[in-house]
Amino acid sequence: MKFLRNTLDKIKPHVQKGGKFQKFRSTFDAFETFLFVPDHVTKSGSHIRDGIDLKRTMSIVVLALLPSLLFGMWNVGYQHFLSLGQTGGLFELFWYGFLQVLPIVIVSYVVGLGVEFIFAQIRGHEVNEGFLVSGMLIPLIMPVDTPLWMVAVATIFAVIIGKEVFGGTGMNIFNPALLARAFIFFAYPSKISGDFVWISGLSDSTTKAVDGFSGATPLGLAGQGQFDKIPDFWTMFIGNIPGSIGETSKIAVLIGAAILIISGIGSLRIMLSTILGGTAMIYIFNLFAANQYMEISPLVQLSMGGFLFGAVFMATEPVSASQTNTGKIIYGFLIGMIAMFIRVLNPAYPEGMMLAILMMNMFAPLIDYYVVEANIKRRLKRAKFSSIKS
Amino acid sequence: MAKSITLNKGLNIRLDGEAEKIFIKTEISDKYAVKPTDFIGLTPKLLVKEGDEVKAGSPLFIDKYNPEINFVSPVSGKVSEIKRGERRRILEVIIDASKEIVYNNFEKIDIEKASAQEIKTQLLKAGLWTFIIQRPYGIIANPAHTPKSIFISAFDTAPLAPDVDFVMQDDEEFLQKGINALKKLTNGVINLNVNGNYNVSKVFTHLKNVELNKIEGIHPAGNVGIQIHHIDPINKGEVVWVINPQDVVAIGRFFEKRIFDAHRIIALTGSEVIHRKYYKTIIGSSVKTILKDNVSGNNFRVISGNVLTGKKIDFEGFIGFYDTQVTVIPEGNHFEFLGWGMPGLNKFSASKTFFSWMMPSKKYKLDTNINGGHRAFVMTNQYEKVVPMDIYPQYLLKAILAEDIDKMEQLGIYEVIEEDLALCEFVCTSKIDVQEILRKGLDLVRKEMS
Repeated sequence: MKFLRNTLDKIKPHVQKGGKFQKFRSTFDAFETFLFVPDHVTKSGSHIRDGIDLKRTMSIVVLALLPSLLFGMWNVGYQHFLSLGQTGGLFELFWYGFLQVLPIVIVSYVVGLGVEFIFAQIRGHEVNEGFLVSGMLIPLIMPVDTPLWMVAVATIFAVIIGKEVFGGTGMNIFNPALLARAFIFFAYPSKISGDFVWISGLSDSTTKAVDGFSGATPLGLAGQGQFDKIPDFWTMFIGNIPGSIGETSKIAVLIGAAILIISGIGSLRIMLSTILGGTAMIYIFNLFAANQYMEISPLVQLSMGGFLFGAVFMATEPVSASQTNTGKIIYGFLIGMIAMFIRVLNPAYPEGMMLAILMMNMFAPLIDYYVVEANIKRRLKRAKFSSIKS
Repeated sequence: MAKSITLNKGLNIRLDGEAEKIFIKTEISDKYAVKPTDFIGLTPKLLVKEGDEVKAGSPLFIDKYNPEINFVSPVSGKVSEIKRGERRRILEVIIDASKEIVYNNFEKIDIEKASAQEIKTQLLKAGLWTFIIQRPYGIIANPAHTPKSIFISAFDTAPLAPDVDFVMQDDEEFLQKGINALKKLTNGVINLNVNGNYNVSKVFTHLKNVELNKIEGIHPAGNVGIQIHHIDPINKGEVVWVINPQDVVAIGRFFEKRIFDAHRIIALTGSEVIHRKYYKTIIGSSVKTILKDNVSGNNFRVISGNVLTGKKIDFEGFIGFYDTQVTVIPEGNHFEFLGWGMPGLNKFSASKTFFSWMMPSKKYKLDTNINGGHRAFVMTNQYEKVVPMDIYPQYLLKAILAEDIDKMEQLGIYEVIEEDLALCEFVCTSKIDVQEILRKGLDLVRKEMS
């Protein structure tokens, strides 16, 4: 520690203004503040400050994502062996999945942080921590067989178009991680559709799945009308089913949700209202029950696809979500409803969550506008009342 | 009609270092200062020069744009130094006190019979007008105004704040006198707000001419701005006056004794202070006499006021004009290895991101480290949780940053000053300088309106 500190102190003069390597100031800052909380003291206003900072906040979110990541790694191995008609030990399955998933995580982080560092350097800013979470979210919402170059391109798109053009972390309009997913979804539809992309190794034509193994996700099955093949609730809840890497296990997602809620970082309001909105829509479908898809019960419907993962980790992203408490409830409720609406009624998109969240990201400022406007009206009304009184 | 209000939002920062309820009469300091910088927006015009002899109650400077407002010396003695800062801005008028305080005597008036104008003139002349603060803006009240009501917050919920009940225990008579005088200055009522969490102190129960409101809740429930918002909110164009309880007593004492008796009880608090007690001192006193051999370590910060809103002063600095508390906390100019990733048992946070949340009664020795770096707004609903008002602080701050005066008005800038949003600054993940931004907004609006 002491050695590290001394080394940093030695390098510091060179990267500061006027130093030989002043170009790398932001990069140095990023590493220095990562290793050591800086010695900056308060200069104006409150003399003491809360222990929390953006690094802490983001690392808590990453921590909340770990159960999903670890389960996802195991499940990748499990699905792979299952597709070959084989089984393996817990560690063997996990190790296989680990080797498949790790490159995606690394590509996402290296590429994303690389772009962030370059932008911070150009702007002379400190490197923002926002991507620590995005970099973890991106792999978790990818099908495991997504080519790495695609992950890289999508990440670059998400960071530049999703965030940096608006001014960086805190200024983004859309959820960057979801933009990466949407980018792949629309740019390479043929590459990542079909049932095999969800299972590691099956996109490769040399490996053959055993007879009877489809690899289709529950949503895929529903889209094809094979409702009898959809796994039961508990299987989907535990999550040993095909799907994007991190979304399959609802248990893992709920553990993450608990971490976010207890630490006060994720918005319980958004999570609950999203689920409520989804449930409301499902009940409406149940009421009409025009086809088999509409008849699926709420519990099963909610545990299909990435709905829960989106509600817990995506919809709650504070910058692109509604910022007022009332707004959050409306925002979440609409996400839930629209997600189910798209999922069940639009055959072109198997999962509606991504589009629902991106769409509501767009409308979040509008919702807030009306909530704040109501506050302004209350104040004006009070003034009127007061002038009548006096 | 007296009100009972319960506030559910806020934050109790559990700091170590509360003052013990014991009065200490210290040796009288030999240096005092009146600092023009204690008065927001003031442009002072000096009336004395270095070497002048003054009495307690003699004017030292006046408000250039409102010359009736006198700023007087709290003690008698010699003006030893006029300290100036950048562009010759006056920072401190320092007085070397004489052994015995010699007072300026003012003419006697009968509060019951006097008109509002007579009371105003007396207070202005004797320098006590400066105790009266107006909302909006938190500046010295304009004598030409008649406020719609006057507010006195008779409790302080800020971290390590003095216990007002304890401080005021013997002052009932002067308090009543002060209130009677203030009553003449408004057509409305005088709201005296007490802490609803405890039984009302007997000092306040028999007071006449006031509405006694009970406010229940944690900090910032004791902030007068929060209380105004719930009892008699300020709309555009309206003016409310506020005054600290000890200063009401000073006004009462003035009308009784006809002198500017600037005695003030302050609490010496903070984790770095060895003997934390209540001190009977005089406004503007140097803190050196009470801090000498009374502070542990040598890397500390002396704050006149509380840790949220106070001003940093030197070890030999002077207590601020309105402050009733001096706090000494450790400086935080040290690095912390991977601090953001540690369990954080010694870190206090309004969030539950450190394991310290599992120890709900632990008291903390917090230092002045920012604990992070400045960022753009990212988290939401942090501010709302600590501001018990129907206001959206983040939107207000954004309106200020955009210098949109209409929006600031609409979002309630008239109802807040720095202390009301100080907790926002404390809890902010992005370490935004909330108080500084807010003051910029207030200055902007004030300039626009005048």
